[in-house]
Amino acid sequence: MTVWLDTLLQGIMLGGLYALFAAGLSLIFGIMRLVNLAHGDLIVLAAFVVLVVTSALGLDPFLAALLSAPILFAFGYALQYLLLNRTLGRDILPPLLVTFGLSIIVQNGLLEAFSADSRRIGAGALETQSLPLGGGLAVGVMPLLTLASAVLAILALNFLFYRTSIGRAFRATSDDPETAQLMGIDNRRIFALAMGVAMTVVTVAALYLGMRANFDPTIGPARLIYAFEAVIIGGLGSLWGTLAGGIIIGLAQAIGARIDPEWQILAGHVAFLVVLVLKPRGLFPRAVD
Amino acid sequence: MLETRGLTAFYGDFQALYGIDALLAAGETVAIIGANGAGKSTFLKAIAGLLPSPPDAVRLDGVAIGGLAPAKVTRLGISLVPEGRKLFPSLTVEENLLIGTYGRAPGGHWNLARVYALFPVLAERRHAPSTALSGGQQQMAAIGRALMANPRILLCDEISLGLAPIVIRDIYNTVPAIKAEGASVLLVEQDIVQAMAVADRVYCFQEGRVSLAGRPSELTREQIHTAYFGT
Repeated sequence: MTVWLDTLLQGIMLGGLYALFAAGLSLIFGIMRLVNLAHGDLIVLAAFVVLVVTSALGLDPFLAALLSAPILFAFGYALQYLLLNRTLGRDILPPLLVTFGLSIIVQNGLLEAFSADSRRIGAGALETQSLPLGGGLAVGVMPLLTLASAVLAILALNFLFYRTSIGRAFRATSDDPETAQLMGIDNRRIFALAMGVAMTVVTVAALYLGMRANFDPTIGPARLIYAFEAVIIGGLGSLWGTLAGGIIIGLAQAIGARIDPEWQILAGHVAFLVVLVLKPRGLFPRAVD
Repeated sequence: MLETRGLTAFYGDFQALYGIDALLAAGETVAIIGANGAGKSTFLKAIAGLLPSPPDAVRLDGVAIGGLAPAKVTRLGISLVPEGRKLFPSLTVEENLLIGTYGRAPGGHWNLARVYALFPVLAERRHAPSTALSGGQQQMAAIGRALMANPRILLCDEISLGLAPIVIRDIYNTVPAIKAEGASVLLVEQDIVQAMAVADRVYCFQEGRVSLAGRPSELTREQIHTAYFGT
């Protein structure tokens, strides 16, 4: 009994990490219908940025992430404004091709700069701390922080979306880009802001990616797959759905691993396929699409 | 104030406007009438910047503004109420109105309270999703949204389309209040009687050209009939 309770807890908390991977992807797709194939590599890029800031300035990783976030926001803004905006249009192929190319460029650029060695963002004692819950159960502080950060990130994004004037512009542009322009909204700027916000969330995802496990320049595409699955399980454009999607994949992986460690990854993908068969539009699709 | 000279417009290879010369003076209400496909809506879209046009073809106070991005045109004080209302479905009524402030010129008369005073029913439905409104209420919201930008020139595309006569009358009754706050109105209207009643001057379009222009009182039924349908 304790074993299974433990499995569920670990799964839910692992889901927090996947939700963090997916939140930026969900945001970008929701606002500009851009499928960003480089999303996983951008997470890895952000992890290297946090790593460099940590080691160069000798900072605590959380502080380093706080410093890295504005840098990556600016990077995202520029990336969208200068490059990705040019690919948006009626045809869905150009953004796919360009972000696919970007994925290759980011991977190889990171290989060139940092080599293929595995890295890790050191978090000191935090890495091994845990909270006893009684009855032989305990949760790691790091996984708990990951899940809490994911929930906070989704809360913050929802606040931005539904309570601020920028959020109104995001939703209006997502609904109808042509009419949004008639309102005096410059779509290119709105899209660039959205990518900046997405890269800020990516910084948080990268922080936990780097603190929880080793990473190297080639692991981006696998993170992209988890992120995609979380977004699609949750329903396109729904941020809370994305959190639920991440948790479902995390749970499936934890349960799979409990049955047989070889099944961990497979179980996550199977859960995704099952949802796709039963609810092709995801669990919480937005009413308007 | 607003002038077009030889304005042309294309949808791909298809030419929709063949050199339109038209004028909207300050404080005027001008109506564009004409059959389906005559280029009326295209004309408004070209002015609003939704279709590319040569810079000199559209002038505001003598300054060439043709081909500017729609967001820039809006910031210059030209707001379009698009055909089919085009409210944002995932925004509430009030959010739709607030979106109109993005392209706002500083100062100006219009704000939420004044739009609600103009269309009281919108105040009652302010927190409803825009999709829950009736057609007439949606049209009011679309006009209110455009007013929130404090336009000097309001472009209205078929604001009576698909609405009951009594609702159309309610909406047109607000035009004097809108004009009283300093906006000039350029409207496209299928309903000739309505257009003649509200406009200081009318242009009749036929196949992308101006076929008739003048004051409603000076035009005869025969002239309009000919200009509308051709002969």
